[in-house]
Amino acid sequence: MAMLETRTAPAAHGADVITDTEILLIDNETGYRSFRAGQFLFRRDEYFARISWTGGNHTMPIDAYLRALMRDVAWGFFYGTVNFDDVVGTVNHYGEVTLFAGRYNDAYRNAGRDFSQRFASEALMPLFKVMISDWSNENYDPFAAPMETGAPWGAKNGNNDAAVTRTRVAARRMVGLPGDTPLRTDENGFPVNRMFLDVPQDQPVVEAEPGFENEVSAYNLFAYLSRSDVTWNPSVCSVVGDSLFCPTSEEFTLPVDHGNDRCEWFITLSDKIDWDIRDKETGKPRAKVITKAGDVSCMPADIRHKGYADKRAMLLVWENGSPIIPALIAKGEAPNVSVIF
Amino acid sequence: MSYKTQFGSLRNYEKGAVVLIDDNPKNYVFSNVFEVANRSAPYERVAVAKNFEYVIEVAKAEDTSPWFSCAHDEFVLCMDGEVEVHLIKLDNPAAHVDSASQGAHLLDCEPEGRKMGRLILRRGHQGLLPRGAAYRFHAELPGCIMLQTIVGPVTVQKWAEICQTV
Repeated sequence: MAMLETRTAPAAHGADVITDTEILLIDNETGYRSFRAGQFLFRRDEYFARISWTGGNHTMPIDAYLRALMRDVAWGFFYGTVNFDDVVGTVNHYGEVTLFAGRYNDAYRNAGRDFSQRFASEALMPLFKVMISDWSNENYDPFAAPMETGAPWGAKNGNNDAAVTRTRVAARRMVGLPGDTPLRTDENGFPVNRMFLDVPQDQPVVEAEPGFENEVSAYNLFAYLSRSDVTWNPSVCSVVGDSLFCPTSEEFTLPVDHGNDRCEWFITLSDKIDWDIRDKETGKPRAKVITKAGDVSCMPADIRHKGYADKRAMLLVWENGSPIIPALIAKGEAPNVSVIF
Repeated sequence: MSYKTQFGSLRNYEKGAVVLIDDNPKNYVFSNVFEVANRSAPYERVAVAKNFEYVIEVAKAEDTSPWFSCAHDEFVLCMDGEVEVHLIKLDNPAAHVDSASQGAHLLDCEPEGRKMGRLILRRGHQGLLPRGAAYRFHAELPGCIMLQTIVGPVTVQKWAEICQTV
């Protein structure tokens, strides 16, 4: 059924870093391709993603798998650990990435059944991009809330590359400044979301004296968020050094359990978002954080979190994107908690 | 089905909570911006989030603030009310704020420089406070602002007063 079709070129990494990935041929029954990354094999059928590796295998409902894979692709493996579910996921080493099965699952770890391989990011990411393209059917958008998109089930039926190739928007200074990320409007393809129809769309008064048009600037962030066409996909809206304001709109569930490698902060700007907090290493429950408009909470660096929002909500994710943090983490000098009091 | 978006305000907000299973609530540094602003003096810049040197400050906007300046960009997000921002391009920024310094500084005199302009921000509006400028806020009625900046001399840290501890 599956045969070698393409192979990635080797890259300059350590001997233990894998660059060997394959895009396999189309399955005659389902119409989907399979994929191999090192010793991991990925197949999909009408309902499930099936992942196997040396000594084990795992099955995920295809809707949950595609929503998780979509975030991992769009976020460039993001910060830290992206758990697709309790078994499978990735850890970002910033240039290299670990693909794991059971690494952050107490039962797998204690039984010695976990399995991991470390890849060059430039080898695994292209494979994941082809996978999300091939496995997402026409009319199914893994970025969208479930009520706003078609179904992912069934045999291969077209594609939705326009949806799955969207990436994180990243302002360099602030949204709306000349030459920076533009505002969202009806005209440029961002209508107000059905759950945010009551959000005021007024713009601030901006009176700039001649010569200061590039510095006297403001925009309606809440209106901007009300027009987001994706969920659980933070976009950078303002930048102070490495301090990144990354607001996002949230509906249904965060498709992954995110185990950040640094502290991050959540400020709920509207409505209500509930968070399940579990230990990053073991997955044991530690807390629930119930947040309403105006609530501020820190996500420690030693947890994994998953969010839930019934009504579409606005969330300000605040990240410190400093490139020195991974080195601090490696030396054990990065704190698990941002503030001690 | 119609939906109602729930924002908070100084007068009307509901606060969530950390519900513990097996953890210390202090790890989550949980607070609410409207509660913090309500309990603070006007333009007291209270840190509600901190990540290494970076900080998010919350202030109650009421009447006219002192003049501030900063050696790097800052951003203000209006969370409630209507807040004016007056901006002046300082003739000599380094005379007021060391160019290598971090965070907002209070100016001890009226700023000298060209008028840059004015912003009027309402709920949800985010504005740039550009580096090297002097700025002050004015609000006819109490409002709430949030500032993206770096810890500096006007940053007030009173975590035990504002955060859930049990």
